[in-house]
Amino acid sequence: MDFILHVPVIGLLLQFIGYLVGVMTTNGSLIITLSTPIALGALCGFMNERSGVVNIGIEGMMLFAAFVGWYVAALVNGGAPTSPGPLGITFPLLVGLLAAIVAGVAVSALHAWLSITVRANQIISGTIINIEALAITGYLNLLISQNPIPSAGNFQSFHVPQGVASVPVLGWLLTTFLGHGPITLTMLVLVIVLQILLFRSRWGLRTRAAGEHPRAAETLGIDVIRLRYRNVLLGGVLAGLAGAWFTLEYIGTFQGGMTNGRGFIALAALIFGRWTPIGAFGAALVFGIADALGQAVSFNPPTGDLGAVLSGVPGQVFSALPYLVTIIVLAGVVGRSIPPAADGQPYEREAKAT
Amino acid sequence: MNLRGARDAAIIPGLAIVLALVFGSLIVIFSSPLIFGLDLTLPLVAYKALVEGSFGSFGAVISTIVNAAPLILAGLAVGVAFKAGLFNIGAQGQFLTGGLAAAAVGAWLAHAPGPVAIPLALVAAILVGSVYGAIPGFLKAYTGAHEVVTTIMLNYIALYIVAYVVTGPLRAVGATFARTPDVGNASLPILVGGNGHLGVLFAFVAIPLAWWLLYRSTIGFEIRTVGAGPDAARYAGMRPRLLIVVTMAFCGGLAGLAGAGEILGLTGFMPAGYSTNVGFDGITVALLGQAHPIGIMFAGILLGAMRAGAPLMQIEAGVPAQMVDVLQGAILFFLTAEILVRYLFRIRAKSAKVAELQTVASSYGGQATPTQ
Repeated sequence: MDFILHVPVIGLLLQFIGYLVGVMTTNGSLIITLSTPIALGALCGFMNERSGVVNIGIEGMMLFAAFVGWYVAALVNGGAPTSPGPLGITFPLLVGLLAAIVAGVAVSALHAWLSITVRANQIISGTIINIEALAITGYLNLLISQNPIPSAGNFQSFHVPQGVASVPVLGWLLTTFLGHGPITLTMLVLVIVLQILLFRSRWGLRTRAAGEHPRAAETLGIDVIRLRYRNVLLGGVLAGLAGAWFTLEYIGTFQGGMTNGRGFIALAALIFGRWTPIGAFGAALVFGIADALGQAVSFNPPTGDLGAVLSGVPGQVFSALPYLVTIIVLAGVVGRSIPPAADGQPYEREAKAT
Repeated sequence: MNLRGARDAAIIPGLAIVLALVFGSLIVIFSSPLIFGLDLTLPLVAYKALVEGSFGSFGAVISTIVNAAPLILAGLAVGVAFKAGLFNIGAQGQFLTGGLAAAAVGAWLAHAPGPVAIPLALVAAILVGSVYGAIPGFLKAYTGAHEVVTTIMLNYIALYIVAYVVTGPLRAVGATFARTPDVGNASLPILVGGNGHLGVLFAFVAIPLAWWLLYRSTIGFEIRTVGAGPDAARYAGMRPRLLIVVTMAFCGGLAGLAGAGEILGLTGFMPAGYSTNVGFDGITVALLGQAHPIGIMFAGILLGAMRAGAPLMQIEAGVPAQMVDVLQGAILFFLTAEILVRYLFRIRAKSAKVAELQTVASSYGGQATPTQ
């Protein structure tokens, strides 16, 4: 009885794995695109948490940066069409990108001040940023939409030349990893650079020390407070880039709450990736796959038995997939993924001897 | 807590509210060119309308109380969890799923007698909210998955559950937009004014109940001990894992009840794009009320007043009702940056911190709750 029941299930599972592999190979480029804000958000969290500051405000930082970048680009653009350079780069878009980064750093400065100087609860500080970013961007966007201004468009993907793209394997690799806009390409570079810096540079050593044992780090002459400030502010640059990805690269316009939890998924990716840049990128890809799978099922559904089964599954299940995967991943790995020892603990210098 | 203690505890939150109003007026002034040109007096016009719309008449006061009730319940859902060292950001998801359960059972029993339909719909909402709250509690206790992330994910999943149920199996036949059928006889009776429904009373019954539970019952003592330190609680022979699950279920039930009040008392059905953010506002209410039931009551009434007054503010001053969200965030900011409040007003006042939050921060990303 069991055997009879299991055969079609195993068959379906095999079909599903085949379909998943198909989605992953034909949509490799889309998966990397969709994982960009998660990877950048996770890198922002990495900068914070490796030096001992918990940041759950990444979502709010991204949303605020997305809004500022979009609005500034549109203001600079003023509705006038400009001829784009390579990758769709225009002057308004560059100014917008810069504004998004400044916005990310500004919100990070608030988080740094609250969590390092005020020594407030870092989770509350992040929650405030999330609440206020959603509120202010929603409020201003509503006002702006009463006299809408045209968007400045968005960055374009790099086109791998047709001749190279048709080469087997190499062509696939190049289009998957290089066929992106400037922000995604920057993300790919940053993942590698930060991974090397973390384990091979003086900055990396000091950052890890401040996150694991700030008191010992201070004894060795490291200014823990300054280091944490610097890292949180640099993390703001990454959150700004992640925000800019939404409005200046992926979509090209702003919608209230458009980050849709990507900042929180980034946190899960950071934990899943064991607080390393490469690990976080790998985890972000998992969420990118979940996202791409949801899109593929609705736009390019599988055929045969699997198609018949999946067509009975409500579309909302696939939309909810990245969030479900986040919970499963967290529940599965968190006990074995050890955070930096001083993560979330405000650092207090010992009183000077008088 | 004596009267003087209460006054001391209210100084910092009160001043934080004042500073938030100043911050809000700056936002209103600087954003006014986007609509009708720079207007320095606009904040005064807006705040006057906000007060008028919330306390200016009998109807306004009723509206304030009706808005405050779900905020108080959601505030308790977050605040009681705080006491156990848990950050229940998932009140929104528990609120939505609870409301959906009330809508479903209410629609099913729409023609049954009210005394049968109403309690069953309420129980369904509380049960579903409890289960939805217990899930992150279980994950936290047994796998270590931090509730801050899992509850947020469950909030998004709740949105999709509502979208599926309302557009799919429970969609009302013949309705012009996707919504569940009317709850009919399961709707809560109006007791006072235009919309002062029975559900408002639940909130004001829940306040003393939560106070008794936290400060006078054995389980409340255990909850607060776990909040002060799970290890200490374990050494004292308590079971932190079980307590975490039970606390989260209790909080989820409160949020679910808030959802039932909104659906059975106000809308009468669940629409597909139901966007009431009562659960999120509960975080502000709980922090402003310092996780104390009495504080939560006052904070809930204050935020309820803002919600009640917002439409009049929008009509009379042209300031979008979303301004209330901005004010809420600003209140939280000044509450957290109380060092700024002390400096600006040159005062020494009792800290407005929730002590158990230390446990929340230090447990982030950590291990599963230790068992015996």
